[in-house]
Amino acid sequence: MARVINSRKACTVNPLKMSQPIGGALAFMGVSGCMPVLHGSQGCTSFGLVLFVRHFREAIPLQTTAMNEVATILGGLENIEQAILNIVKRANPQLIGICSTGVTETKGDDVEGYLQLVRKRHPELDDLGIVYVSTPDFKDAFQDGFARTVTKLIQTFVPEDIPSRRAPQRVNVLAGCHLTPGDIDELRDVIEGFGLEPTFLPDLSGSLDGHIPEDFTPTTLGGVTKQDIAAMGGAAWTIAIGEQMRGAAKTLEARAGVPFELFDRLTGLQPNDDFVGFLARINGRPVPLKFRRQRGQLVDAMLDGHFHFGGKRIAIGAEPDLLFGISQWLTEMGAEVAAAVTTTASPLLEKVMTEEVVVGDLEDLETRAAGCDLIITHSHGRQASERLGVQLYRMGLPMFDRLGAAHETSIGYRGTRDLIFKIGNLFIAQTHEPTPDTWRGESAAPGTPLASDPDIPPAH
Amino acid sequence: MSTLSEKVQDVFNEPGCDKNTGKSEKERKKGCTKQLAPGAAAGGCAFDGAKIALQPITDVAHLVHGPIACEGNSWDNRGAKTSGSSLYRTGFTTDISENDVVFGGEKRLFRSIKEIIDKYDPPAVFVYQTCVPAMTGDDIEAVCKAAAAKFNKPVIPVISPGFVGPKNLGNKLAGEAILDHVIGTQEPEFTTPYDINIIGEYNLAGELWQVKPLLDELGIRILACISGDAKYHEVASSHRARAAMMVCSKAMINVARKMEERYEIPFFEGSFYGIGDMSDSLREIARLLIERGAAPELMERTEAVIGREEARAWARIAPYRKRLIGKRVLLITGGVKSWSVVAALQEAGLEIAGTSVKKSTKEDKEKIKELMGQDAHMIDDMTPREMYKMLKEARADIMLSGGRSQFIALKAKMPWLDINQERHHAYAGYEGMVELVHEIDKALHNPVWEQVRRAAPWEEKSWEERAAEAIATEAAALAADPVAAEASRRDKQVCACNLISVGAIEDAIRDGADNVAAVGKATAAGAGCGGCQERIAAIIEAASATRAVAAPQAA
Ligand code: SF4
Repeated sequence: MARVINSRKACTVNPLKMSQPIGGALAFMGVSGCMPVLHGSQGCTSFGLVLFVRHFREAIPLQTTAMNEVATILGGLENIEQAILNIVKRANPQLIGICSTGVTETKGDDVEGYLQLVRKRHPELDDLGIVYVSTPDFKDAFQDGFARTVTKLIQTFVPEDIPSRRAPQRVNVLAGCHLTPGDIDELRDVIEGFGLEPTFLPDLSGSLDGHIPEDFTPTTLGGVTKQDIAAMGGAAWTIAIGEQMRGAAKTLEARAGVPFELFDRLTGLQPNDDFVGFLARINGRPVPLKFRRQRGQLVDAMLDGHFHFGGKRIAIGAEPDLLFGISQWLTEMGAEVAAAVTTTASPLLEKVMTEEVVVGDLEDLETRAAGCDLIITHSHGRQASERLGVQLYRMGLPMFDRLGAAHETSIGYRGTRDLIFKIGNLFIAQTHEPTPDTWRGESAAPGTPLASDPDIPPAH
Repeated sequence: MSTLSEKVQDVFNEPGCDKNTGKSEKERKKGCTKQLAPGAAAGGCAFDGAKIALQPITDVAHLVHGPIACEGNSWDNRGAKTSGSSLYRTGFTTDISENDVVFGGEKRLFRSIKEIIDKYDPPAVFVYQTCVPAMTGDDIEAVCKAAAAKFNKPVIPVISPGFVGPKNLGNKLAGEAILDHVIGTQEPEFTTPYDINIIGEYNLAGELWQVKPLLDELGIRILACISGDAKYHEVASSHRARAAMMVCSKAMINVARKMEERYEIPFFEGSFYGIGDMSDSLREIARLLIERGAAPELMERTEAVIGREEARAWARIAPYRKRLIGKRVLLITGGVKSWSVVAALQEAGLEIAGTSVKKSTKEDKEKIKELMGQDAHMIDDMTPREMYKMLKEARADIMLSGGRSQFIALKAKMPWLDINQERHHAYAGYEGMVELVHEIDKALHNPVWEQVRRAAPWEEKSWEERAAEAIATEAAALAADPVAAEASRRDKQVCACNLISVGAIEDAIRDGADNVAAVGKATAAGAGCGGCQERIAAIIEAASATRAVAAPQAA
């Protein structure tokens, strides 16, 4: 439906996009006992670290191979080896997850080759998982790095073996980077509500959900374990959340024959009906009462809320999967997606219910958001929002100037219901009281709403 | 690249850099480009440092030439405030693609500069080099030159790609960029005998504005602050100042020194943190201005303001001192400001439980030592685990640090206060000191601590109690097992840069290394930032003492 255009500018102004390697690092953070490492100069890691620390408000495990100018020319074998040895010594992880950066990709480091050498030289590290993902900064975006890492984790740990028997209650959930730890918790609730046993890959709800740990460890805490990942081949189904997870789901299917169902969004009534319907089908049980009630509440919220969403013009800047999910839902609530900007290519972009989707930056969003009723993007939208006088609703990463980023939940019946309230309340707060001059001559701006009392919901 | 390595050398040879004065010729050559330990390093790159130093110039466009990582992951995350333009908060980057890596990104850079000038028309464009285009050989200096000629506008190359070194090197390379291309290129509308430059102050959280009203009152004009809340024109005409204050102990020493050399602007090194330091700084400013021809009565007026402000600040702090006296503070900072913060805290009656001086020079440490007395417990480079344990053992009542370690403190349910770059409160001058004390008091006495430390109803003990037991058990086990205890003692890390343990150093000493340099040669300990050299010296001393005792027995 939408026309997808690439910004023609030479200069990116106010980036919406973040780099691939830190997307990869985030995926590694959802694996238990993991130390993510960026193979590059220390600054790349430092920026990534600060970004995640400010978003999650948690201590974040992230290391660097500390490539300096000389090392980048000579190649990073020694740095990778040293990094692994030092991390083992200091943090004793189960897994070291290495993402390349622009620096090491420009030189063309053969990291897979290096790792074989390191393995040979250090048989004592045989039990340590080491996963390497190629994620050059100068290609693609955060979401791509995340997705590649999930695929690589599957390739590394799930044996190539089609089991003769599958555990019917076990399902894999491949959770895209547009899901918050809160979203993952919600999914777990729903899936477990059907008596199914989900394995999340990655599982940020275990590691970055803001719990108080029993003791301090420098690696990730919680999250999915290597053993859990290895056992994913024996599950009955894979549920992939977000188009970005299609590659990972296919890889798992090819390696272990696990069939998959992909849900490209879980915000809104229809996609959750599909999701819950699917769960009911695969375990052959009726939908638990709890979810029937939640569905009723969502329908009620939609009825109450649609008055305030109808006709609203909204500008959204987000990575493809988040953009798609939120745009479709807003459209279904009667709002209009007046501007859509994203970071990277995706087959979903054409399907977004809007005229055009720009692969661009926040400047592109800002020029298109003038006169809109709401901007939805990450915290960096704050400047545009201020300049335009258009309210900002923060979604996505980074969210450094609000509390609770990890717990924002916008999927499932319940999450959608709450999202209607949160955004709907912003619209209600924007309503202007009429004055004697509201409808007089010049001052009657086109589209001025008729007097209505937003506090009294019309009966339905 | 040769010009860059020359610059780096030049910056390392900086005589005004106290980090270097204590070093031998050979060491100085090596400069600060130590190899960081892979897998054990933290901290920003030289590009980060350059951006920190120059981004506070508010009305120019700061364009980052590189892949999305350098700007996209970090833009608009620094707390420098502006009283005018907010163009500096706009994130400009060439966001180079694979194509630019293969065929060169100079064309994209040139077009980017053009787009910025067309759309935003800033008084200047600053172009920051990063690692990837530095590797592929993009000549940003030439591009800037061509663009400046074509668009008739200053286009300043800032050549400080991340991989040449750490943040503080980047601070200096940024200083070189403005020395070479900005300072002295314009003239002020008028000058007065009361014109000063403030160098190395970034107006984080608006701290400059805690100081400026007093300078205004004294009739002292900040001709240019480099670079907090600065306009391009101010920096460009800063060479006409009469005197300068250098705020941060090392960040832009080269700027202060070279401005003295080129334009005869005398400078002093001062701090706005702490009541005493603030007063000293005001005095020094007055003294230098008078030396350069300002009316001597300036000193009387300065003393009057100092007297009034000190009295006022103490009166406002007094009620807090009672509540804070004896409370122990764990101070973790990047190092450059440690000693001035220490002074400030002691004024409020707090005790310092320890401070990290990872990046500080020997002299900085001496200052801290002097301030903290002989008991100074300095923690050169605590790992998060050690930090956590230290807090858990309740040796500190509150931790002051940068944003990154905050969550370790909070997870240990320990009061915490942000004193680094991204902080939201301003702590400079007399006002700032009162604010800092107020914030510490608020953090320490918040009723939330009592609540969050309670055990859950289903737990017999809180997890802290269990953790404390675990630590005690561990200690008891070590006490019962001298071999393990010795191993753990020897395992303790001394040199954080190169991960060298006590044991390795002792072995080197046993094998004949009898001074810090020899130990460094044998083990690489102390060869990084040099922060651990004192501890190495202490180990050598201890070893020779035991040997002196042990030798006769063996004989
Ligand atoms: S180290 Fe180099 S590539 Fe990494 S952020 Fe710094 S300048 Fe950019």
